[in-house]
Amino acid sequence: MSKIIKLKKGLDINLQGKAAESLVELPLANEYAVSPLDFENVTPKLLVKVGDKVKAGEPLFFDKNNPRVLFTSPVSGTVSAVNRGEKRKVLNVTVAADAQQESAEFALLDLQKATREEVIETLLKSGLWTMILQRPYGIVANPADEPKAIFVSAFDSAPLAADMNFALKGEKENLQKGLEVLSKLSGGKVHLSVKANAEGEMTSLKGAEIHTFEGKHPVGCVGVQIHHIDPIAKGDIVWTVAIQDVAAIGRLFSTGKVDLHKVVALAGSEVEKPQYYRIINGAPIASIVDGNIKKQAEGDSVRIIAGNVLTGKKVAADGFISATATQITVIPEGDKYEMLGWIAPRFNKFSVSRSYFSWLCPKKAYKLDTNVNGGVRAFVVTGLFEEYLPMDIYPMYLFKAIMANDIDKMENLGIYEIVEEDIALCEFVDPSKTEIQQLVRDGINLMIKEC
Amino acid sequence: MGLRKLVDNIKPTFMEGGKLSFLASTFDAFETFLFVPNITTKKGAHIRDCNDIKRTMTMVILALIPAFLFGCFNTGLQVGLEGFNAFVYGLVRVLPMVAVSYIVGLGIEVTYAQIRKEEVAEGYLVTGLLIPMIMPVSTPLWMVALGVAFSVIFAKEVFGGTGMNIFNPALVARAFVFFAFTPQMSGEKVWFSDWKFMGATDATTGATALEQLATTGNMQWSVMDAFLGFIPGSFGETSTLCILLGGLFLLLTGVASWRTMLSVFVGGLAVGYLFQALGVTEYPAYYHLVVGGFAFGAVFMATDPVTSAQTNAGKYIVGFLTGALAVMVRVVNPAYPEGMMLAILFMNALAPTVDYFVVEANINRRKSRIKTVK
Repeated sequence: MSKIIKLKKGLDINLQGKAAESLVELPLANEYAVSPLDFENVTPKLLVKVGDKVKAGEPLFFDKNNPRVLFTSPVSGTVSAVNRGEKRKVLNVTVAADAQQESAEFALLDLQKATREEVIETLLKSGLWTMILQRPYGIVANPADEPKAIFVSAFDSAPLAADMNFALKGEKENLQKGLEVLSKLSGGKVHLSVKANAEGEMTSLKGAEIHTFEGKHPVGCVGVQIHHIDPIAKGDIVWTVAIQDVAAIGRLFSTGKVDLHKVVALAGSEVEKPQYYRIINGAPIASIVDGNIKKQAEGDSVRIIAGNVLTGKKVAADGFISATATQITVIPEGDKYEMLGWIAPRFNKFSVSRSYFSWLCPKKAYKLDTNVNGGVRAFVVTGLFEEYLPMDIYPMYLFKAIMANDIDKMENLGIYEIVEEDIALCEFVDPSKTEIQQLVRDGINLMIKEC
Repeated sequence: MGLRKLVDNIKPTFMEGGKLSFLASTFDAFETFLFVPNITTKKGAHIRDCNDIKRTMTMVILALIPAFLFGCFNTGLQVGLEGFNAFVYGLVRVLPMVAVSYIVGLGIEVTYAQIRKEEVAEGYLVTGLLIPMIMPVSTPLWMVALGVAFSVIFAKEVFGGTGMNIFNPALVARAFVFFAFTPQMSGEKVWFSDWKFMGATDATTGATALEQLATTGNMQWSVMDAFLGFIPGSFGETSTLCILLGGLFLLLTGVASWRTMLSVFVGGLAVGYLFQALGVTEYPAYYHLVVGGFAFGAVFMATDPVTSAQTNAGKYIVGFLTGALAVMVRVVNPAYPEGMMLAILFMNALAPTVDYFVVEANINRRKSRIKTVK
């Protein structure tokens, strides 16, 4: 066992409504959706029209910037709609599921003998390639690249995150197979990071170098782990895969079929009975949350988030879970005025600032709403972001470099090493209420455009 | 709630298209003072820390209160009053200064916010109280107004407002008044209140502790008197004890950087002892910490996050140099006994350079890290 990598910086926000370890097997829903918006920098070009029949694993659209990358249907059925937004931008493609599910068949490769190209081809055709993301930038990997290494985080440290050991119970063989597949993709190592004292079955997996991490969020973010294992330099490309997606890739190579089920946690203070659900990717939100949201007082409403409270996407009650989400969080909307709130003691709100009292009760679980809690200002406070980014990076200087569109500085100060989730805590703690995740994405997009 | 209804009723008048829309920023400032807005997160993190700049600035104002209250008392004390009378006298004496500082300063800030169509930033709430506290109590009101106007316009707004300034605005106001009106602002009289009421006597004016130390190498007060603050000086700077109370509060709430604060004191003491060891000064080095504006500057001015160093390593360096420089100016330059103001302003100018080297070191470290891994 390698030594434990301990991270001192970070923050665990203790929220109410942690999912209990009970698993609900959801029946097949009526409709499933695939959205190009779940991925950065994808320009979809449709391959189907409404009324077409598709099997699970058959393509719905591809990425114009990278035509080999296909996005496939998670279920078999009939294409029911292509939803478009402004300027006819594709929001998602929905498929009405057949009662009898059928998957496209993919050749079963002997991984010992198969070439790298064959493995890539299978992943691309089945659509599971989109589970492989590239760092820098956090975009879908380019099959023409060869990464220096592949990184997998075996745990999620975000507030109310799903416990991956629980979610992946019984998936050990698939995980093992998935890791074998990944090791075919890179000449370098496959790194698997586990959480200290909660290693579970992950440590007995073979074919990956196992690292043990200890600390607070964002310790589970793969970008932070990469920084401490083998940091990204200019010109480096590494790939990352989420742990549940490793199992899905394993299933594909074990059975030759696309089986996109995953286990998600439904959590948050406004959930009646927080627990786990087994769903198929792209499932309707309603199929998961219906009947399980606390009744709200008049004038109150809730926000449903596909993902965690720091990085997730706001979704409508009739929307669909995004491809990357492994949890759904329901919290109260904060669209209320608060009289003299900035000077009040605010015992029920959480702050990292000791000008409030939450530092006196570290064990307390909070019910936090979506209020911004103040107006947008210029950066005033210094030395704060550094405490919540466990990387050798000066976040304030990096953010200012992005604001100034200074590409050289962004490069030198660490833009290659971060994506939104790594710095989401900076945004949470910022008393100046800057939209830092958007800022970082803008900076990354500028890098992609200019380099 | 009644008040909320009232605000909602008059709000359209100030919004775009309303009759008073040119006062939108002013209205917003008052509205957000009364009510934290109902704005929810749109992008990024869905929940946010409940701390904001208003809260942060309020903490600094709370920290200033002990020194402010003592300043009222000491103002009366220095003109021969005692007890509660001294306090009331001082309060009455200083309130016009505070009022002028806020009216002129906030007036300019609000106007700029209005022109830029931005919300009014809270930074001046602190600056506006700092300015009267670092002025001699007999500073004429028109001088305060001029100093405030100069500092807010030329030290702050031309750079882009709160958060963008290079120099501490309160100290710029003080420096402006000092250098523009040197004859009126130096000498012995200005440290004592010139208002005759409530039985205030003509003070037996005399040199301040700082001046006495600079010229004679000793002072007429005990160290304890100086520490408690029963000495003449700028309104809020005399009581090291009250300042330290405020400093403790700032450190407990985490608003001010302990790195800067500690380093200023260490820097001051180090150079103080050096001069003592070299025989340049006769009095003990810690005298420097209890007289003049050293403690006030260390606790409230050098720690200004905007104008001080932004990196942790930089904070140690800039803090240490600020303290060291302040004592150096005091001792080596007999024409000007107070070194704190100049030291902080000078280090404000130098802080970005110190940060630059700290960040460069980080960049180089990150580059070499990558080489060793390969």
